Amino acid sequence: MKAIRILTRGIRDAFKSVIRNFSLSTAAITCSSITLILVATAMIISYNVNNITKDLEKELSIVVYLKEEATEEQIKDFKNRLEEMKNGNVLSYTYKSKEEWKLEMKNYSDTFSTALDYLETNPLLNSVTIIVKDVNHLKDTTEEIKKLDYVASADYGEGMAENLVKAFDVLEKATIVIVLALVLVTAFLIGNTIRLTIFSRRNEIEIMRLVGASNTSIRLPFLFEGLFLGILGSIIPILVTIYGYVLLYDHFNGYLFTHIIRLTEPFNFIIYIALLLLAIGAVIGMLGSYRAVRKYLKI
Amino acid sequence: MKLIEVKNCYKVYPNGVTAIADLNLSIEKGEFVFVIGASGSGKSTFIKLLYREEKPTNGSVFIGGINVAKLRNSKVYKLRRKIGNVFQDFKLLPKLTVYENVAFALESIGLHTKEIRPKVIKALENVGLKDKMRSFPNQLSGGEQQRVCIARAIVNEPKILICDEPTGNLDPEISKEIVLILDKINKESGTTIIMATHDKEIVNRMKKRVIHLENGVLVSDDKKGSYKEHESN
Repeated sequence: MKAIRILTRGIRDAFKSVIRNFSLSTAAITCSSITLILVATAMIISYNVNNITKDLEKELSIVVYLKEEATEEQIKDFKNRLEEMKNGNVLSYTYKSKEEWKLEMKNYSDTFSTALDYLETNPLLNSVTIIVKDVNHLKDTTEEIKKLDYVASADYGEGMAENLVKAFDVLEKATIVIVLALVLVTAFLIGNTIRLTIFSRRNEIEIMRLVGASNTSIRLPFLFEGLFLGILGSIIPILVTIYGYVLLYDHFNGYLFTHIIRLTEPFNFIIYIALLLLAIGAVIGMLGSYRAVRKYLKI
Repeated sequence: MKLIEVKNCYKVYPNGVTAIADLNLSIEKGEFVFVIGASGSGKSTFIKLLYREEKPTNGSVFIGGINVAKLRNSKVYKLRRKIGNVFQDFKLLPKLTVYENVAFALESIGLHTKEIRPKVIKALENVGLKDKMRSFPNQLSGGEQQRVCIARAIVNEPKILICDEPTGNLDPEISKEIVLILDKINKESGTTIIMATHDKEIVNRMKKRVIHLENGVLVSDDKKGSYKEHESN
């Protein structure tokens, strides 16, 4: 009963304080709004980059041509090896025999068809296309396959695609660092602003301590105040990100610049971001005020 | 039973100043005690040790049988509920009315609104300020503000009332009034009162027990003491 009374009083006092210290509250809310918008932007970029990288990685594969003289035995051996390598870096592979290649080429154009008909033997090679799990080890896997003596050649898209994936990888890590840094900055700003409101009320805290209020009941109103400020501060960023991202997505029709770079669909992705922003605002607001009151409480 | 018992108490501040040195004394329930001494004599430190704003460096301070020197910070609030505090600078909240200032003490410790009202009104009656309960502190005189501070200190019916130079900012006439209110509280409800002061006239007139500190050492402890000139020099 008493605990509930202290709780409701805490919530009431927090409301009062947010309204009474209007200018400071506005400052805290503006501060967290701005930083949370930056956090949201960084999160959206990070998530999209991550998705784009995954899409690109799917496109990267090793193409292996087996030697002309490779026997059925050896082909079988190679397949077995690839099965074993599934425990390693190989995700999947597709085997295409030279007959299949021939058929495909014949269907592709009449010129090829007549040319191939003139030849008595099939000049094409048996091939295997391998998709790997980790692009960073693409090279190692290729080297490993090259060592086999019945392999004529093993190649991967050395160049554009690989570099792009690497660049996106770096970008993704950078955005994660930026998100974390911005969250810290937000925590610092909200904490400082709340510290200002608390500084103006240190007499109140002092008297509460002297008349025998427990630390919990002193701290509670301030925790709620931080919570309210954090939540209020996350409303504008949430609206901005939802509308902003949906507009952006519609404007570009879901693709950025080229058809390779596909944006993440807004729903439910943007809802998660919104909830995350709310949570960050609330938690940071509370932590900020927790730290600030601590200074005036002997614990 | 002795309500307050100080044994071999030392207080050395981190900057090396010894504020209290080997203090031994005890105060009975219902006593009215003056603590006198020049500035820097350790009066304030002694008083802060009682309500556990400071911890003794050595020795013990028993309040109602509990050694507050060993009291954990998170439990101090339980001690504070048994002690009322009156300050030289009143420490009233300017945005609250007289009534709200007194009620604030009870709200802070989680009392129900229904219990708060009669207690606050009774405390304000005791200090003769019932008709000013809707005023704000800045609309009151210094003496009235100090009476509000006393009302706030006694509203929770504490066992001990600690007053750190309550008349320091007031003129002699008003000071007398304040001390008479404290005396009345002491007689009517048996609250133990410990009052630190500089005011010779009050001490000499009241004929109460006087504890005289100088440089942190107990100089004299008279049952019906007075503020002698030579003692303060």
